Amino acid sequence: MSFFVVQFLTGLASAASLFLVACGLSIIFGVTRIVNFAHGSFYMLGAYLAATIVATLPVGIFSYWGSVLVAALVVGLIGIVVEIVVLRRIYHAPELFQLVATFGVVLVVQDLTLAIWGPADKLGPLAPGLDSAVNIGGQLLPEYDVALIILGPAVLGLLWLLFHRTRWGTLVRAATQDREMVGALGVNQRRIFTSVFFLGACLAGLGGAVQIPREPISLMMDLNVIAEVFVVVVIGGMGSILGAFLAAVIIGELNAFGILIFPEITLVLLFLVMAVVLVIRPRGLLGKPELTVGAQPAQIAAIHLPGPATKLAMGVLFAVLALVPLFAGDFLLVLLIEVMLLALFAASLHFIMGNGGMVSFGHAAYFGIGAYGAALAVVHSDSPMELALVLAPTAAGLAGLVFGWFCVRLSGVYFAMLSLAFAQIAWSVVFQWYEVTGGDDGLLGIWPSEWASDRFAFYYLSLIIVAGGVLMLRRMIFSPFGYALRAGRDSPLRSDAIGINLRHQQWASIVIAGAFAGLAGGLYAFSKGSVFPDAMSIPRSVDALVMVLLGGVDTLAGPLVGAAALIGLEDAISRFDYWRLILGLVIILICVTAPNGIVGSLKLAFAGRRERE
Amino acid sequence: MVTRRRVLWATAAATMLASLVPGSAALAADTIRIGEINSYSGLPAFTLPYRNGWELAVEEINAAGGVLGKQLEVISRDDAGKPANAVKIAEELIANENVALLSGTFFSHIGLAVSDLAKQRKVLFVAAEPLTDAIVWEKGHKYTFRLRPSTYMQAAMLADEAAKLPAKRWATIAPNYKYGQDAVTAFKELLLAKRPDVEFVDEQWPALFKIDAGATAQALLAAKPEAIYNVTFGSDLAKFAREGKLRGLFENVSVVSLLTGEPEYLDPLGADAPEGWIVTGYPSTEINTPEHTAFRDAYKARYDALPMLGSIVGYNTMKAVAAIITAAGSTDTDAMIKAAEGLTVQSPTGPFTFRAIDHQATMGAYVGKTAVKNGMGTMVDWTYADGADYLPSDEEVRKMRPAD
Repeated sequence: MSFFVVQFLTGLASAASLFLVACGLSIIFGVTRIVNFAHGSFYMLGAYLAATIVATLPVGIFSYWGSVLVAALVVGLIGIVVEIVVLRRIYHAPELFQLVATFGVVLVVQDLTLAIWGPADKLGPLAPGLDSAVNIGGQLLPEYDVALIILGPAVLGLLWLLFHRTRWGTLVRAATQDREMVGALGVNQRRIFTSVFFLGACLAGLGGAVQIPREPISLMMDLNVIAEVFVVVVIGGMGSILGAFLAAVIIGELNAFGILIFPEITLVLLFLVMAVVLVIRPRGLLGKPELTVGAQPAQIAAIHLPGPATKLAMGVLFAVLALVPLFAGDFLLVLLIEVMLLALFAASLHFIMGNGGMVSFGHAAYFGIGAYGAALAVVHSDSPMELALVLAPTAAGLAGLVFGWFCVRLSGVYFAMLSLAFAQIAWSVVFQWYEVTGGDDGLLGIWPSEWASDRFAFYYLSLIIVAGGVLMLRRMIFSPFGYALRAGRDSPLRSDAIGINLRHQQWASIVIAGAFAGLAGGLYAFSKGSVFPDAMSIPRSVDALVMVLLGGVDTLAGPLVGAAALIGLEDAISRFDYWRLILGLVIILICVTAPNGIVGSLKLAFAGRRERE
Repeated sequence: MVTRRRVLWATAAATMLASLVPGSAALAADTIRIGEINSYSGLPAFTLPYRNGWELAVEEINAAGGVLGKQLEVISRDDAGKPANAVKIAEELIANENVALLSGTFFSHIGLAVSDLAKQRKVLFVAAEPLTDAIVWEKGHKYTFRLRPSTYMQAAMLADEAAKLPAKRWATIAPNYKYGQDAVTAFKELLLAKRPDVEFVDEQWPALFKIDAGATAQALLAAKPEAIYNVTFGSDLAKFAREGKLRGLFENVSVVSLLTGEPEYLDPLGADAPEGWIVTGYPSTEINTPEHTAFRDAYKARYDALPMLGSIVGYNTMKAVAAIITAAGSTDTDAMIKAAEGLTVQSPTGPFTFRAIDHQATMGAYVGKTAVKNGMGTMVDWTYADGADYLPSDEEVRKMRPAD
């Protein structure tokens, strides 16, 4: 019996530390609608700062908790800097564009942390006064866990007081409901946004700071925690602090008891829970309706049929790409193949995101399923490349059929996160099913057929398939199907009124986008000769998002330009030490100077010039 | 605004152009180029000491006149921890940089990806750090050699020690991925072969670097094991060691732990390093053979730090590469493969041989017990376990490894 009590309390302690980080993310999202990828970075900075400060002070209870608080406050200040320098300039960009900027911040913080604190992990001392364990019926529970179990609800209570008993809190809650209205009533929105960002960053920093007796500071803390806190926030309901607390407790306890029965569950538990919760409650446990993220009609420039100039440009681009192999070296072809395949992948995401307003955080699922579909056919049944390249989009399309059926019932961030859940479930299947997929050792020997094994041949094969794919996607965008999809994006109510079955349209578009992503994935497997679970991992999904947004979500050329820009940049600068710092800064610079994406902002600039003339 | 956007345009155009210009493909005839790939930004704690190691080796080799009368030039690149990146970089090194051979990699899956490319492009690949058994066995082929003692070899070293313990009830804890699985499977098999009376009463599979240490330690406690076989490392190990200690998991329980004696994993624990665990590792401060002392002194003089396991692996890798080219007398791939098979290389940790049968080096590891000295974890009562003694029989290897 006492074992179960201690296991329960242990689960609560984990929940408390998860909650501290998650509630900050939830608050920031609630008010600013920013999906803050850098939240994990704030958490990591909190831990590094606290460990550094604690080491300079004499050992003691006050110096320990003092260090924790100071670290949290400093992280809050860093949050203010990020908000003022970067995010404030791009609140009016298309929704979700800010996440690209926060992705840049993640890269910058990673390299700065490495530069300042060095590469080695370091385990801090135990908290003074809380350095042993309490005996509960013969079972030992660390005292620090008890402290965390108290700290979690205490922070929850303080936040409740802050939001319900202060004027600032009332304004923030009002802004969460309707920020335009709050602005119209003469409240200084800028100050609210900045202060909310400060609070959110502070809480992330606190979450990291209190971790130092429990885990070593390490450069992987940021990415390790970020997916988890997103899941907690979404299960709880975006913007709901109490929801985040409930979700953290559920996750903590399910994990504590799950591993007793099925230890392998650790890989996927989080995402299984999220999928189940979202299918049953599409807005999380305590989420309020309509905190939409996604296209807002007023901001969207209509997409027009390509004029002669665009057609000419596309023709020229194709001709140039077709002629490149005549003078280019081998490696340039390798690089261009990669750019083209990821451009098709990004274009397929853009198909649902730009046209359908469905932002997916798990689009890599289809890319990876395509890659594995092709690779499994080659490895297990010796299929030729041609057949495998038919199987790849088929498998991915089928996955779209299944995942899509669930996803279209949701909208906004919930849609995005359910897509992520499916992607992670698919990933964990591939990762764990050693006999078939080879687990994380992947599948090797996926090389093209004899006729295409020459780099020239494979280049032209890719060029033709990618060009064909992009053209087909374009064709669909300007078909009645594409118009209906955009109608649903801009006004679900009106499109419903004129008889469009929006869910069916969306479902079909997910299947189509999945199939094209799968095609790209299948070709990608053959271009690399091997495939690993990371083909459907979160970073791969983020890549696609960044490509689409960086290029410009409201433009058709955006995803293609975004893919070329991101891969070109990465390749050009990854030769340097601290290349992530440079890449992050360049991404932030692009975000700030071109808030509609590269293509979108160029278009606006040209349009503006034409108007002036 | 217009000017700002112009700058942006120019930057984008410049980037595109920069990526169009092939790398400095000057066919410098006076150097021998080695293509080196590792996860420098992905796992700096392990790969930066590794880089220091091979840089020191290259400096020594070149100061002594180079290889075949030419200087060794290493083109080193970061794969950011992504296999697809590693393959792309390998393609570039082969196509644009004209390298004689490829070397490096840390993660098993990246090692396998590069190995498969090496096979396809018919280029020699000296895998430095990946531990996976598959790279020389199930997925082995003639173009790939591997230096570091593999998962199987290190598990075998520990199984030997574990068999000597009285414990009969064993529990295992390993990160939930291929390396962890392989390490547990090999250990179980080898221990059961020596000790049929042993039973495994629990296994825990935390996700890599995401261990919920309290709950996991508690779950292990509930199984009441007499001994624990640990495969977690890095931040997982630190969390597990701390929670386990606080919760009394290790009281009267023997712990046998893979890789924990490597400074990369022991140093971050500081004075909290576990004591009395039987581990494989590298007690760099304690090894006082003339070869190793010379290496340690040179390393300290060059970097003002003690060598880590990665450092010795990096150093031995580049020394092995030089030895292979010297023995081959040219950089012709087939000649180098022929020369490498059965080649014995002298190193600070003693001589090792690249086995002809599976291209695995017989470089060994140090097996001993952890202890805390001067506030730092270290190893005591250690011995050097020669890798050659911990490999399966030739017959078994032939069964696993596809014929060339």
